[in-house]
Amino acid sequence: MNAPTSLTSNVAALDAGEHVFAAGFPGGVPTLALASGIIRRIVDGMPQDTAAHPDAGLVSAFVDHSGTVTGGDDGRVVRTAKDGTAELLGEEKGRWIDAVTAAPGGAVAWSAGKKVSARDEKGRLRALEAPSTPQGLVFAPKGYRLAMAHYNGVSLWFPNVEAAPEVLNWKGSHLDVVWSPDGKFVVTSMQENMLHGWRLADRKDMRMSGYPAKPRSLHWSHDGQWLATSGADAAIIWPFQDKDGPMGKAPRECGVRNAKVSRVAFHPGALVLAVGYEDNCILLARLQDGAELLVRAAVKGAGAVSALAWDKQGKRLIFGTSEGEAGVLTLP
Amino acid sequence: MTEKIPVTVLTGYLGAGKTTLLNRILTEPHGKRFAVIVNEFGEVGIDNDLVVGADEEVFEMNNGCICCTVRGDLIRIIDGLMKRKGKFDAIIVETTGLADPAPVAQTFFVDEDVGARTRLDAVVTVVDAKWLGERLKDAPEAKNQIAFADVLILNKTDLVTPEELAEVEARIRAINPYAVLHKTQRSAVPLDAVLGKSAFDLDRILDIEPDFLEAGHHHHHSDDVRSVGLTVPGDLDPEKFMPWINEFTQVEGPNILRCKGILSFKDEPKRFVFQGVHMILDGDLQRDWRPDEKRESKLVFIGRNLDRAKIEKAVEACRA
Repeated sequence: MNAPTSLTSNVAALDAGEHVFAAGFPGGVPTLALASGIIRRIVDGMPQDTAAHPDAGLVSAFVDHSGTVTGGDDGRVVRTAKDGTAELLGEEKGRWIDAVTAAPGGAVAWSAGKKVSARDEKGRLRALEAPSTPQGLVFAPKGYRLAMAHYNGVSLWFPNVEAAPEVLNWKGSHLDVVWSPDGKFVVTSMQENMLHGWRLADRKDMRMSGYPAKPRSLHWSHDGQWLATSGADAAIIWPFQDKDGPMGKAPRECGVRNAKVSRVAFHPGALVLAVGYEDNCILLARLQDGAELLVRAAVKGAGAVSALAWDKQGKRLIFGTSEGEAGVLTLP
Repeated sequence: MTEKIPVTVLTGYLGAGKTTLLNRILTEPHGKRFAVIVNEFGEVGIDNDLVVGADEEVFEMNNGCICCTVRGDLIRIIDGLMKRKGKFDAIIVETTGLADPAPVAQTFFVDEDVGARTRLDAVVTVVDAKWLGERLKDAPEAKNQIAFADVLILNKTDLVTPEELAEVEARIRAINPYAVLHKTQRSAVPLDAVLGKSAFDLDRILDIEPDFLEAGHHHHHSDDVRSVGLTVPGDLDPEKFMPWINEFTQVEGPNILRCKGILSFKDEPKRFVFQGVHMILDGDLQRDWRPDEKRESKLVFIGRNLDRAKIEKAVEACRA
């Protein structure tokens, strides 16, 4: 097999220096959420830091095109806007903020232990006790509805409606949760190295197994027809074109290497997947023909790829690793 | 790879002196920084250390194994702590007085992410010399905590007579003759007796001859938790032993609290070391047998209703 064509000369290194929790391009600015609670924005090549959690550390982070929401071991939930200003959204004294998520409109949700809080775009706060500590939160693509993954299933909650959440049951410990862009499927990663999905229309269960490790990174393609996942020695991509989702179909595999995939990120406009590995190598893989481009070769001791995200236009890809390396690829 | 962070699990029935020991560990000048996972806030808190509250969420693994339980909160917290490498040197997990130590120990075997980054250094159990007798009658948790221990702190020895102390020690030894035992007052024990024991790597533990197993202590048969220790001279045949131990732990898993062994396998220059909790087994080849070392296999099972004769016979049949 030929070595993949390389884009390595199009990558500019960024200075992270510690575990990168999440990364993205709020307002088009390359941004890193770092373990010590610092939000680092790279403006005209210079780092500009916001101490979102002074004297504390991050437990959870979510970066999108409008800003960064972080949860700390100081019990604080902070939104850092695209201009770097920090705003305290909530506080759970003495607790870790285990999970955070945000919706494009400005709604934010977080959890601390079993307590789940949702804050809508007008700032109205609602709280709920989950059946057990949630690890993953995600908003529905449309409407103010929150999915939370916990032990033995997922709860779907309308925070502004006085009704008990709808519970999707499946035995076991559910970790991360994603909602398909068409709103029809909810998929979780599980402690037992598998995915579990539900078709919401009829609550039909879907089991997606065979992973050697926990698939902790899940990302939908821009057209919502594919779900890319980490947790194996290749990105595993499940087809969701049909009403039955991936049932009875084999997943695609992209970027087969002798290292586990730790992060995946689909391009926002093409069926091209960025694949980050536990040895910090990064590839771009085209779904159509499996063609690969090298973004970053593995460097010993540089940790696993821990953050990976495209900008809105799909021109730049930002990454970070567990040992504090980071960079931006600019497509030629 | 970076070195694995050692984890000490601190157990003990309510009021035995666990929190006193924890505060002692944290306040003594030792230059170490700890991340402490506690079940309730308020009683500990040292500026230098990272204190994390836990919920003791015990999950059944969805793998068809009924006794395979893990601490979900521990997986989450350790994952979070590992992103702050360099901020601490070791982790201490304090459990509630009523906690079963099995899910905590199993977490380190079952969860690959936790196992890849941390190692279980020792289970330390604090025991109240005055009230243990009562606890053994009414609280199965107290028995489990002793059975699981690598290090036992027999505390409050000033509150009992020498005869009572001897009695309580004999009862502990009937359950677990392999743990290192320290007798203390107000949990005053040298820290190196508790931390950095590498007790789970077994070398030291199994090298202690369990003389308490032998005659003289059979009057405590009423305690249903007991240990069976075996020494088999010469080599074992792995083709026979591995299927047997797998089946034995699957069938007897709910009754086996802990098992450990250092084995001499036929044609294998290295020692095979294994340990287990209930049905979960973990084993590996370790260092070479030294030329001056007698090749033999040592095994220990601690649990309920274990049939010594049956185990002896089965292991005997695995000899090479």
